[in-house]
Amino acid sequence: METKRCKGCNDSSPDSMKKFRQIEQALQDCCKSWGYQEIRTPMLEYLHLFTAAGTLTPGMLRRVYSFLDWDGWSGERVVLKPEGTIPAARYYIENGGGEIARLYYVTNNFIFEETGTKARERWQGGVEFIGAGGATVDVELISMALEVLGRSGFSKVKLNLSHAGLVRALLANLNVSETEQNNLFNRILDGEITALEGIRPDNSEMVKIFELILDMKGKSSAFLRNIKAMVPTQYKDIKEALNDLLSSTELLDELGITYQIDLTSGKGFEYYTGIIFRLALNGQNIGGGGRYDALIPLLGGEKKAAAGFALYMDRLVNILAVKEENEAESVSIEAVDGSEKLTFKYAEAMRQAGYCTVIKAGSTDNARWKLRIDNRGGISLIDDKIKKEYNTSSLEEAVATVRGENVL
Amino acid sequence: MSFKVALPKGRLMEDTAAVLTDAEWGFDGYHAKARFYRLKSKKYPDVEAKIFHEKDIPIQVAVGNYDIGICGLDWVEELVSKYPNSEVINLYNLGYGKGALYAASAADINQVEEIGSNGQTVRIASEYPNLAEALAEKLRLKHFVIYPLWGAAEAYPPENAELILLPRKTPQELLERGLKPLFKMLDFRACLIANKKSLKNKDMGRLVSSIIDNLPPAEEDSASEITDEQPSKVEVWNLKDNELKMALPDGHQQPHVRKLFAAAGIEMTDYPSETGNRRPKSPSLSDVAFKLIRPQDMPLQVANGNFDIAITGRDWLTDHLYQFPSSPVEELLDLKYGWVRIVAVVDNDVPIESVADYKEYYKGKNVRIATEYTNIADYYARNNHMVKYRIVPTWGATEAFIPEDADIMVENTETGGTIKRHNLKIVDTIFESTACIIANKESKKNKVKKAEMDKIVKLMCKALEEGQ
Repeated sequence: METKRCKGCNDSSPDSMKKFRQIEQALQDCCKSWGYQEIRTPMLEYLHLFTAAGTLTPGMLRRVYSFLDWDGWSGERVVLKPEGTIPAARYYIENGGGEIARLYYVTNNFIFEETGTKARERWQGGVEFIGAGGATVDVELISMALEVLGRSGFSKVKLNLSHAGLVRALLANLNVSETEQNNLFNRILDGEITALEGIRPDNSEMVKIFELILDMKGKSSAFLRNIKAMVPTQYKDIKEALNDLLSSTELLDELGITYQIDLTSGKGFEYYTGIIFRLALNGQNIGGGGRYDALIPLLGGEKKAAAGFALYMDRLVNILAVKEENEAESVSIEAVDGSEKLTFKYAEAMRQAGYCTVIKAGSTDNARWKLRIDNRGGISLIDDKIKKEYNTSSLEEAVATVRGENVL
Repeated sequence: MSFKVALPKGRLMEDTAAVLTDAEWGFDGYHAKARFYRLKSKKYPDVEAKIFHEKDIPIQVAVGNYDIGICGLDWVEELVSKYPNSEVINLYNLGYGKGALYAASAADINQVEEIGSNGQTVRIASEYPNLAEALAEKLRLKHFVIYPLWGAAEAYPPENAELILLPRKTPQELLERGLKPLFKMLDFRACLIANKKSLKNKDMGRLVSSIIDNLPPAEEDSASEITDEQPSKVEVWNLKDNELKMALPDGHQQPHVRKLFAAAGIEMTDYPSETGNRRPKSPSLSDVAFKLIRPQDMPLQVANGNFDIAITGRDWLTDHLYQFPSSPVEELLDLKYGWVRIVAVVDNDVPIESVADYKEYYKGKNVRIATEYTNIADYYARNNHMVKYRIVPTWGATEAFIPEDADIMVENTETGGTIKRHNLKIVDTIFESTACIIANKESKKNKVKKAEMDKIVKLMCKALEEGQ
């Protein structure tokens, strides 16, 4: 009877895990150095955390794994968490909040994907800054994301910027209902770049500005400043959003961080209210984040500005080349009959000396150093790399030989 | 090449049978009193047809067990709303069986935006739980629960649900029952559906055209749109403090319950009701609020606190407890009528005589277990260490599934006659079931409610003893 893994789920091989831990270590080192603390939230959360308008787009909500728990007779459903920000926000509220919280986590999420060829379980490293807004925080998060990628060994990361507030402000000036505005916002955020084709404001003054803003792809802060100047004063919401985006782009310019503006580069989450950024490598999205000032109050907390990002660990692992490092050479210890109790002592000594040591079982032996102990305590040591045998009379001598101290 | 056709029982049976008669398919047993669920066509000897509950048909066609089927569009939408990639396609609107799915609430709600606006959990009751979920998402409800029902959704508002989703021909039918139709989710009629692969690979043209060429004139579009008309005044519960809430069965159990109540000296007004009143009263039990719902739904409705006490079958209680082992529902009293065995059944020709034979016969096979008792069957499969198994939920006519579409059936039986008639045999009796009184353990902690429950149980016990 065959046993196979579930559709849409992937195993991680030892090599993949090495790469995963490398990226995870880079995230941990970076976050610690910027003053962030690690948290973990459970795999199961209540469905109602994700259902309200302003959390997930309907497109995403339809793909959440939800079910009745063993005590779910009330009808209340639980989910396998589909993303990390909302649970982190819940954690923040439930654990007393505090003025500023700098949090990070590494988690797996579940979201259904119908072909079964893409992952339904995804790993991400998430970072959240709760308690303050402004360009400094937005740029802090962007800088951290780029730093983690740099530390992990990635280069040539592309940064795309959008702005949820600007998209919403534009949509509010179209002659469409609020429901249709929300629909268009979600479609744009779900990546549907053609959503605004053919839709324009009635007001001819706005049409020009609308088209300029939609055509903002690739433009710079200077362009944003020009558009801002052209927008009549009465369109306060558009001006405010442009200001907000400009404050971040100007700071990025000063720091020498390059970016592309692309309004349609938000994806999947209704909770964004301000800047949205996407990170891409080799044409693939490898992470992103943004500002979500309305989320904490929506979940029942106080009014708190918040922003964050996530890096998609699975995609990064696939792109990352294996780090060439000199792995510690390993030792295997084989006991000849009657000397088994010595093997543990000898293995411990080798490990203390810093060597990966296996107690041999089966016929395969890939270790460089092969140690055989007989029941009189005699030790034979073979260096399989140079095919040389050493006769050593004690454990200390064996350790010294492996270290290269005894070799003539 | 053979063709498998799924035909509906229930509301569409008469009209569908008329179409197939006009098309001269030559079925012997396709009528309301059908004793067999398998049909052979005299005109098309390569056609095998089976009769199913309508809700099963889109599923059976989608999974490829059947090439074509006839059912209401509402059930097709119920399937594809949750599983949009189902391999089923709507070929043709057959014009009869007209109706609409309405979202409705109690009379005091004026528009759908009011639902959930107070931040409370919205209880949505429906025989269409997938469409109910789609409705909750559409309304962007934050807190909601879905009560999947076997029927009688109209009984729930206002006391037991804020919103229901149910089929009716016109909104007037809801207004007459004191319910406010809020909006129409969809219009439906009977439709001819096909499995997508069958459509590509099998030549079913003559079957399809014989149906389409013999359709009656389409039913006229009557007034299914919602107007400003207000619901009739219908008396709902006016619960006093600590008043006990009791669920009684609708349907064919009513005469049994009525008889038992009479023997217990419990007088009931308007039960059974000729006007469809679902809130009878009892002069003998004036501190009890009664409501009629389907017995299959009672354990869940007692567990969630909508009711304190109910009369249902032990089979449904057991199914509920396998799904929710720590549920607060318990059996209070065996009412000793409505005895059935819950049995495991296989095809006569299969070399299984008892559970001891399962392991060997089903080794390496994917065992399909068809049942209305999905949780009992799930537990049964695991308890018998079936390694690879799938539960096939059915809504009746389960005998029709074996052997082509299921290997084992978990079903209730009184005499075993239906099972024998379908060339099946019982290999295991899982447990015995009778009607019983069930109660919520939390409600028993309320002294006033407990006293009322004890009173009912005592009266019923006495009636049972005297009846023996």
